[in-house]
Amino acid sequence: MNVHTANRLFNTVNVILLVISVLLCLAPFLNIIAVSLSSSAPIMSGKVYLFPVDFTLDAYYQVYSDPSMIHSLGFTVLLTVVFTVSCILMTIAAAYPLSKRNLKGRKIFMFIIVLTMFFSGGIIPEYILVRSLHLLNTMGALILPGLISPFYLIILISFFNNIPSSLEESAEIDGCSHFRTLVSIVIPLSMPVIATLSLFYAVGRWNGFQDTLMYITSPELYPLQLKLYQLIQNNMITDLTQMEGSQQQTMMPESLKAASVVFATVPILIVYPWLQRYFVNSVMLGAVKG
Amino acid sequence: MATYLRRFWQLYALLVLPLAYFIVFKYGPLYGIQIAFKDFNFFQGISGSKWIGFDAFKEVFGMRDFYITLRNTLMLNFFDLLVSFPAPLFLAIMLFELNVVWFKKLSQTILYLPHFISWVIIGGIALQVFGTQSGMINNLLASLGVDSIPFMTDKNYWLVTYLLVGVWQSAGWGTIIYLAALTGINKELFEAAEVDGAGRMKRIWHITLPGLKTTTVTLLIIQLGNMITISFDRPFIMGNAAVSDYSDVLSTFVYRVGLQSGQYTLAAVVGLFQAVVALVFILGANYASKKMTDESIL
Repeated sequence: MNVHTANRLFNTVNVILLVISVLLCLAPFLNIIAVSLSSSAPIMSGKVYLFPVDFTLDAYYQVYSDPSMIHSLGFTVLLTVVFTVSCILMTIAAAYPLSKRNLKGRKIFMFIIVLTMFFSGGIIPEYILVRSLHLLNTMGALILPGLISPFYLIILISFFNNIPSSLEESAEIDGCSHFRTLVSIVIPLSMPVIATLSLFYAVGRWNGFQDTLMYITSPELYPLQLKLYQLIQNNMITDLTQMEGSQQQTMMPESLKAASVVFATVPILIVYPWLQRYFVNSVMLGAVKG
Repeated sequence: MATYLRRFWQLYALLVLPLAYFIVFKYGPLYGIQIAFKDFNFFQGISGSKWIGFDAFKEVFGMRDFYITLRNTLMLNFFDLLVSFPAPLFLAIMLFELNVVWFKKLSQTILYLPHFISWVIIGGIALQVFGTQSGMINNLLASLGVDSIPFMTDKNYWLVTYLLVGVWQSAGWGTIIYLAALTGINKELFEAAEVDGAGRMKRIWHITLPGLKTTTVTLLIIQLGNMITISFDRPFIMGNAAVSDYSDVLSTFVYRVGLQSGQYTLAAVVGLFQAVVALVFILGANYASKKMTDESIL
């Protein structure tokens, strides 16, 4: 076997292995989409794999006609937008001064911030704090405790550091204040990394679950994940009881659960490809520097 | 000094809110740690509750559940390390060796995706795929004439499910850091190897893998440093009453004892124990990293 054939064999095997990995990665998504679009008879008789059988949109009509689901979606969108905007503003506000190496006290501020990456009070003291600030059952409980991620802050600081200082200096000579330089030079130059961090903050909030479980008890403030969790928990219970022989009694149709899951995933699927091209570079920057 | 402040006050003004955030929400909870040494209840508040010394610690260390959750935390993390750690390494090498650009981009997009899906949704999908009734895998097994397997409700099968789902969720995203390391390798090395007649496998063995060594060792050390830390969402959502022998871990234990049964003091003790051990592990990992790779991770 000469080098050329060996090379081609290697490429073929490599492509086949990758195609298998990609398919394995996609299969669960395809399955849940297929179930959400199938009618219950083929689902129950186990005929649905990766493509819908006996196509129907009934489950989606039901999800859309459930006012609490739509309310949850609306609230989660609002929460995610407010959270992401606040986080990004706060992170920029912290990163810009801290990227100035000649700022007096910079080391102390960095120390205060970086230290928080290695210890935390734990969830009980955090809960007590949130409770004593009267934030239980408010949006504040889901926004304020997570305003700045030290890790993302470091990514942004190192990005700001890489902006040629001559640019900022010339702005200063032209009479720009620090605010002005930040708004008209630094931020526009940093849009890729800001977009990436926004995606990370937004996805983190959209997917956030533990704090919603701890801090939110009133149904009108249920974010989507908490609402979904309750559906799925019921699902689990039915799965358990079926094990013990009792047949599907008051069970929610599989397709409805699947449709709810897809429903909660779609917004991420819409935003994700649009921002994907930015994030790899930013993550690498963080990985190398941080 | 006055001119300095006149020139830089805007920078300090920008820092006010972020610093206030860190002090209130990151340092604030530290004050609450003292409840681990107090008979805490909300009516008396933190300062009003009376000191009990190490009584709560004694109680926690006498609880059987505490040891089970500690064991499970270490066990799940250890198996995760065995299964989930090597996966992105292989995947990254496969992606790196791929020279069909469009397919490379497409596969990266798809492989990163599970990282952006919440555990609640993953739990829902897992139930759909692994369920005993009309779950995809059991359907497949049934059509092959194999009895259905209780992936979610038998603790040993559950462990396998938990690990596989973890690989699915994290392997693609994990390749990013290896791919970053790979782009840092000098291209001439590969060309020289080709001229010398080295095949692809030899190239991987002698150039690619050594090029990934530092990254791999650093990541491994970080993982070891996190052995006692476990996220809440994954075990809480994947777990259920039937498999709690394995799925009950420190983070879910704190939630159950503290917020569900209102035994704040006991839960705070477990949280403090976990935080202190985690810090020791991380410092140890940092020390090891300095020794082995000359790079500190802190």
